[in-house]
Amino acid sequence: MFDSLQERLGKVFEGLSKVGTLNEKDVDNALREVRVALLEADVALPVVKQFVADLRERAVGQEVLRSVTPGQQVVKIVHDRLAEMLGGEQSEIQLRKEPPTAIMLVGLQGSGKTTTTGKIAKRLKEKQKQKVLMASLDVRRPAAQDQLRQLGWQVGVDTLDNVPGEPPKAIAKRALQKAALEGYDVVLLDTAGRLSIDQELMDEVKEVEAAAKPSETLLVADSMTGQDAVTTAQNFQEAVELTGIVLTRVDGDARGGAALSMRQVTGRPIKLIGVGEKLDALEAFHPDRIANRILGMGDVVSLVEKAQESFEEEQAQKLQKKLEKGKFDLDDLAQQFRQLQKMGGMQELMGMIPGLGKMGKQVKNAQFDEKAIGRQLAIISSMTKNERRRPEIIKASRKQRIARGSGTTVQDVNKLLKQFTEAQRMMKRVKKMGKKGLMRHGLPGMGGGGGGMPGGGMPGGGFPGGFPGGRG
Amino acid sequence: MWPKRWRKKSGQEQPGEAAAEPRSAEAAEIAEDAPSDPPPEQRDAAPAAGDVGNGKREGWLSRMRKGLSRSSGKLGDGIGAIFTKRKLDDAALEELEELLISADLGVSTAAKMTAGLAKERFDKEVDPQEVRAALAEQVAERLEPVAKPLDLDGSRKPHVVLVVGVNGSGKTTTIGKLAKQWADAGHKVHLAAGDTFRAAAVEQLQIWGQRTGAPVTARDTGADAAGLAYDALQQAQREGADVLLVDTAGRLHNKANLMAELQKIVRVLKKLDDSAPHDVLLVLDATIGQNAVQQVQTFKELVNVTGLVVTKLDGSARGGVLVALADRFGLPVHAIGVGESAEDMRPFSARAFARALVGLDPEE
Ligand SMILES: Nc1nc2c(ncn2[C@@H]2O[C@H](COP(=O)(O)OP(=O)(O)O)[C@@H](O)[C@H]2O)c(=O)[nH]1
Ligand SMILES: Nc1nc2c(ncn2[C@@H]2O[C@H](COP(=O)(O)OP(=O)(O)O)[C@@H](O)[C@H]2O)c(=O)[nH]1
Ligand SMILES: [Mg+2]
Ligand SMILES: [Mg+2]
Repeated sequence: MFDSLQERLGKVFEGLSKVGTLNEKDVDNALREVRVALLEADVALPVVKQFVADLRERAVGQEVLRSVTPGQQVVKIVHDRLAEMLGGEQSEIQLRKEPPTAIMLVGLQGSGKTTTTGKIAKRLKEKQKQKVLMASLDVRRPAAQDQLRQLGWQVGVDTLDNVPGEPPKAIAKRALQKAALEGYDVVLLDTAGRLSIDQELMDEVKEVEAAAKPSETLLVADSMTGQDAVTTAQNFQEAVELTGIVLTRVDGDARGGAALSMRQVTGRPIKLIGVGEKLDALEAFHPDRIANRILGMGDVVSLVEKAQESFEEEQAQKLQKKLEKGKFDLDDLAQQFRQLQKMGGMQELMGMIPGLGKMGKQVKNAQFDEKAIGRQLAIISSMTKNERRRPEIIKASRKQRIARGSGTTVQDVNKLLKQFTEAQRMMKRVKKMGKKGLMRHGLPGMGGGGGGMPGGGMPGGGFPGGFPGGRG
Repeated sequence: MWPKRWRKKSGQEQPGEAAAEPRSAEAAEIAEDAPSDPPPEQRDAAPAAGDVGNGKREGWLSRMRKGLSRSSGKLGDGIGAIFTKRKLDDAALEELEELLISADLGVSTAAKMTAGLAKERFDKEVDPQEVRAALAEQVAERLEPVAKPLDLDGSRKPHVVLVVGVNGSGKTTTIGKLAKQWADAGHKVHLAAGDTFRAAAVEQLQIWGQRTGAPVTARDTGADAAGLAYDALQQAQREGADVLLVDTAGRLHNKANLMAELQKIVRVLKKLDDSAPHDVLLVLDATIGQNAVQQVQTFKELVNVTGLVVTKLDGSARGGVLVALADRFGLPVHAIGVGESAEDMRPFSARAFARALVGLDPEE
């Protein structure tokens, strides 16, 4: 049902003007499809409308970039805006300086509160070495307290013993007392599921909030949620002071538009995502990844990512080491050219995926002059080992020899050396950014012959990681 | 067969009798012969784990209506805003389509519905009430064929019902409710605690067993679910049960290994009775959006789902994706969940559901 999106967008973008600026008609057409895509991804209607209006403003009149098609450009604008709205900065659970920190989890029935409580407990205990106490305030669902206790055993975290008949507010108070007395750092309060229109139960959770004064109140919501996300988020936001959202079942194949809806309605960040039933299946939230998923262009991104990964893993590490020693030589440059060639090979891969063939071609045309890369590699391979290590020794006679050996001209050799100097200079700058910066920005200074990495043209610009494959 | 008591009860909610009363929460409550609400101070005291059913009783219609006043109330208002003294033109239709989208009907289904409306009344002066009723009619028409109660086949000993769905959708609760309905109707009900994965899922079903007086076959958490299902069927056969309800762990349809495990349960049941399971119920949460389509598709393909149950319709979500599901799969919708207690289940009424969807009183 959603597969058609890429094809649809592909068709629309094909029709977009190739030069000049993005005109209103082009943008309108594209945005109509984007609107449908977002709605099919379960982004709530009011949010979609605002989003699309926003986009129009940004897109109309934009200069069409030379290296990408207008279609790609629109995708990029949409993607960036989505990621931006989902929250640029990552935000984690905040612990108080003076313990105990109380964290309350609220949400609809069956959204994943109890499981998430167990997951957070495990994370805080193992990653942040916190002493955690969990308390179940769920006096409604059969065996809910048993469930939390069992999760406590599984992760080695204490749970508050339950007393039959004790109301939620009293349980919360007792948990905090115990925490203060026994030196717990964090108290996790797992509440019963409640409908946001159930006034009685919403009042109950307000009372618990007043008594426990949690420093974090997390709304736990299912990523499969449809248009109701807005109502639910709004009502919970009105009732209690939400500090963040946890999105569960992200290991499913829902497009997860609810993430955007809830983020927009509450203005609260998505702090964590649940990616499986097991207790380690909790991850930090990456706006970029969800943006890709909502947009449904994830395939392109993961393809690019694959190429990028091999680059990142091996090359970045090697490069990093060299950089640390202050070295970057022509062998390294050759490596980078080979990487670019590999990326070029992706156009074949893309061609095999329905609807993406065009994009593959564009990648080829716009980003990679493969012949040029081949020429540059030939030049480098005509050098001696010594020359590659110490390019400064390459003077006129050596240049002539290299040009002959590689079937190029001295001018070509000069161009390459200039490119190398530029790259080297950039490398020094990158050194300051560390490995992370290197991976994020790819190799700078490659703008000459081969063209920049396709950051501009690809949806997902910065090569975000793929969507987490969750475990069940 | 749907139990007699059920029939009578739902009969009481039909227009005839209720129509004489004002359309109020009280009317619905009386109709439902619910025990009177406990005094407020008692409500605050937490009911013991086994007592959920008595904690808060309110007529389901009044609750459904309350839900409506929030979300489809919005839809209703929206229609009102668009159509007060107005022609049904393109702009109006587009807005109408958007309102249906807000109820989770999905883009294409919403478009179909408005197209149907346009055919009849384009460019005519319409008032909001008319438009709502007409829309509800369109929706009801599509849903009518799938509104079928779950019939127990008396010749089966037992009639095996396998209950499946994604995590947290309401499978175990639905089993509790079905067990209650059938036990009350005099059937001998047996339960199988087939969620051997989730912590305390076994205990949860055992509590439902106690509430409904149905014996439960259970093993420890972590045990093989298929083996347990086999034991349960054997035991149910031995004890001459009329119906066996098999609970399963929640699973996302895109997890091949978990879906294979479900298929194994089906295979194992067939070893004892090659016609089993006689029904495979997919339980859907009303809050779900368009992903329901993939869910139904995959579950249907892999374990031959025979019918749907939609839970949590007492909330603000309207479950409009059901219209798209009916269109595409035509699977019967057997019942709806309207609360957390044993008696909070109703047969699916196409008309009531459709009217609720567009912001009209479901029972009018
Ligand atoms: N696949 C998957 N299942 C989850 C996730 N989080 C929770 N669940 C499952 O969802 C179901 C309901 O979770 P539970 O914590 O009991 O929900 P609660 O009613 O909100 O407390 C259980 O079957 C959990 O195993 C998740 O991130 N992925
Ligand atoms: N309000 C409401 N809650 C429901 C309904 N059906 C189930 N629930 C609740 O949803 C949560 C998950 O239900 P459960 O039966 O454990 O789901 P399962 O994981 O699919 O077995 C529990 O808190 C139930 O009480 C319903 O129709 N209305
Ligand atoms: Mg819970
Ligand atoms: Mg269950």
